[in-house]
Parts: sequence; C-alpha cells; structure tokens
Amino acid sequence: MTMKVSSRQVDGVTIVDCSGRITLGEGSVILRDTVRDILSKGNKKIVLNLQNVNYIDSSGIGELVSAFTTTKNQGGELKLLNLTKKVNDLLQITKLYTVFDVKDDEASAVKSFK
Amino acid sequence: MAMTEQRVSYTLDSSLETIDNAEEKATRIATELGFGDDEVMQISMAVREGAVNAVLHGNAYAPDKKVTLAFERTGGDLVITIRDQGPGMDLSKIPNPLAPENLLKTSGRGIFLMRSFMDVVEIRPSQTGTELKLIKHVHGPSAGGKEASQ
Repeated sequence: MTMKVSSRQVDGVTIVDCSGRITLGEGSVILRDTVRDILSKGNKKIVLNLQNVNYIDSSGIGELVSAFTTTKNQGGELKLLNLTKKVNDLLQITKLYTVFDVKDDEASAVKSFK
Repeated sequence: MAMTEQRVSYTLDSSLETIDNAEEKATRIATELGFGDDEVMQISMAVREGAVNAVLHGNAYAPDKKVTLAFERTGGDLVITIRDQGPGMDLSKIPNPLAPENLLKTSGRGIFLMRSFMDVVEIRPSQTGTELKLIKHVHGPSAGGKEASQ
C-alpha cells in the first residue's frame, strides 16, 4: 500500500493524516513534499497523524527526522500523533521517542502548541 | 520456498523494485517457516534494510550490477544472504545512530535496525562487493519441527 496524505486545519494547527507505508521512494517523497508545502504556506504548527501508517523503514524514519528538523529550523513545531505499535517500537529502539513530541490524543496535541 | 526445500536464491536488478521484492519474499518465506507475526516483521524489515544497502550504497542503482538474495534453512536457523557488486562497505565509517550527536541524522540506521531484529548479522566487505548474512533462530514449534539435512 502506497503512502497517502491529506491535510486539514484545526485551530491553527495543520494536521496531516497519513496512511500506508513511509519507505524509501514514493512514501518518503510524499511526506517530504507535504511538509515543505505546508511550511511554504506559512503554517508552522504541524501534527503528523500516523494512526494508519502500518510500516516504516529506516528511510521513513529519516524522513520523519528531516520533517522535524526542517520545521524546527523554520521556527515551527512538528509533533507526532497516534503511533501504531510498530512505529512506536521503532522510535523507542532508535531513541527518537525522546526527540519527538508524541501525542495519543488529537485535541491535546492541538492544545499543546504554544 | 516450500518447507521441504532448504535453499532458494534470486538474482535481482539494482532497483527500488528489488527492495520491495526482497521484503515480500522474506515475509512469505518467514511466514511459511512458522515464525510469529512480530518475527516475520523483524525478518522482512532486516531484509529490506539489507536490500536498500545493496541497491543504493553497494551497487548505486548500476544497471549492470546485480543483487543476489538467498534464503537457507540450516538446522534451527533461517540464514539470509544478500550480496552486491559494489566497491565494498567501509564499516569503520558507520556511526552509532544512538549517539546524541547522531540522533537527528536522516540516515545511518539500517545496520542498527538489522542488528536489533536479527540474532546474527555478519557483514563481509570486499573489493568485489559486500556480503551480508542475516540469521534468525527458529523458535516456533512449527518452524522448529523439521531439521535440515546436513
């Protein structure tokens, strides 16, 4: 299953609903382009909803890191929402769970932005 | 690979399709051998990462270079070998992805993930390519019930 994304606005926060696989190739490119597009429009509060992301490889992990640092470097914040167990486990073993702000509830994720 | 067969190998192009193909083969074979869902995921992801290294970093997508992928049932082990025809990986240049200064790097986690998911990971670089061996011990009653002939 290829990666699909759709974006929506909630109280000034851009929520990106992702589904499928974030892997080397198309999945990573779609995520990269989506985040860049959001930032180019001046939206700097971003939540990646990964509830329906069932697979991610090391390239996908790298793309999440890239999205995080790109947003931060532009003065914004990027948070992760609704991790599946597989993605959660991957972020734990790569120690990235301590880097990302991970939320499991959309309302609190939106409220958490300054 | 049927349970009665002990070894199967494939010669694959240096393409993105090969990476998905290798992952699919690993998923199917690990499932047939009776590994549990979590172990199947670990094996398929390790093979995917190995294939990524072979296609990208080894063969660098060169159309005249091939990736060889082999699955072998040896006693209580599933042994997976991935070979490329690249210049050989310099293992000394692979940083620790868990070091604080490397946490925000966008690459360099593939071998770490393989080592996290497999029981044995051996990397043998040479001037004619890199050979990666991934071993997973068979624990399940279905998978462990048959011994390979030596």
